[in-house]
Amino acid sequence: MSMTLTTRQAGDVTILDLSGKITLGEGGVTLRDEVRKLLAKGAKKIVLNLAGVNYIDSSGLGELVSSYTAVKNAGGELKLLNLTSKVRDLLVITKLLTVFDVKDDEAAAVAAFA
Amino acid sequence: MTDSDTKSRPSEARLSPSAGQPSHLTLDSELSSVEPVEARAEQLSREAGFDEDTSSQIAMVTREAVINAILHGNKRDPNKKVRIDFALSDSALSITIADEGLGLDPDSVPDPCAPENILRSSGRGIFLMRAIMDEVHFHQLRPGTEIELIKHRIHKES
Repeated sequence: MSMTLTTRQAGDVTILDLSGKITLGEGGVTLRDEVRKLLAKGAKKIVLNLAGVNYIDSSGLGELVSSYTAVKNAGGELKLLNLTSKVRDLLVITKLLTVFDVKDDEAAAVAAFA
Repeated sequence: MTDSDTKSRPSEARLSPSAGQPSHLTLDSELSSVEPVEARAEQLSREAGFDEDTSSQIAMVTREAVINAILHGNKRDPNKKVRIDFALSDSALSITIADEGLGLDPDSVPDPCAPENILRSSGRGIFLMRAIMDEVHFHQLRPGTEIELIKHRIHKES
């Protein structure tokens, strides 16, 4: 299954609900394009809800990092929400868990923006 | 974990993977080749007794190695093939991926966890192979690179 992505607002926070795979040639480009579009529209507070992401590879991890740096470079902030165990394991192995602000509760994620 | 330039192999006799399934595959250098290999690696991992999460990780790093072979080794050259060998012994599952490219020096790949590299968007594939498998060996074929991914089987005491 390839990735599906829907976008919704919680106040001034944009939440992207992702499900499926983030891999080379699947969800990666979709995610990159959506984040770029949101930044172009002026979004600064972005949450990636990964509750439905059951598979990610090194390209997908790279896309998460690219999204993080793109938002940061635009003066915004990106947080990750609801990691599945498979995604969390790979973020731990690659030490990316130390880079991202990760939340397990949506209200807490929204409230955590400055 | 050590890398090796030699063609040394585990000395034990190997058992054939499951009946009816080939123990080797020869693929075109196209990304559409990847999924069947990944599925085969996951199936074989389950047959070897690894749990679902471990099998999924073994399949994922196999996918990483095949993608590297297609994109970085063979550079999608339609005249070059990727060869995959699966071997299941009493003690280990071994998956070998060989390309026909110019060769790879694994020591030249920067550590993706280093602070200066942590925000790079690529370069984590070989790191994940080493983190998830018990042994990763690189063999220079001249031309080409062969990566051998080995996961030791765990035998429960009865």
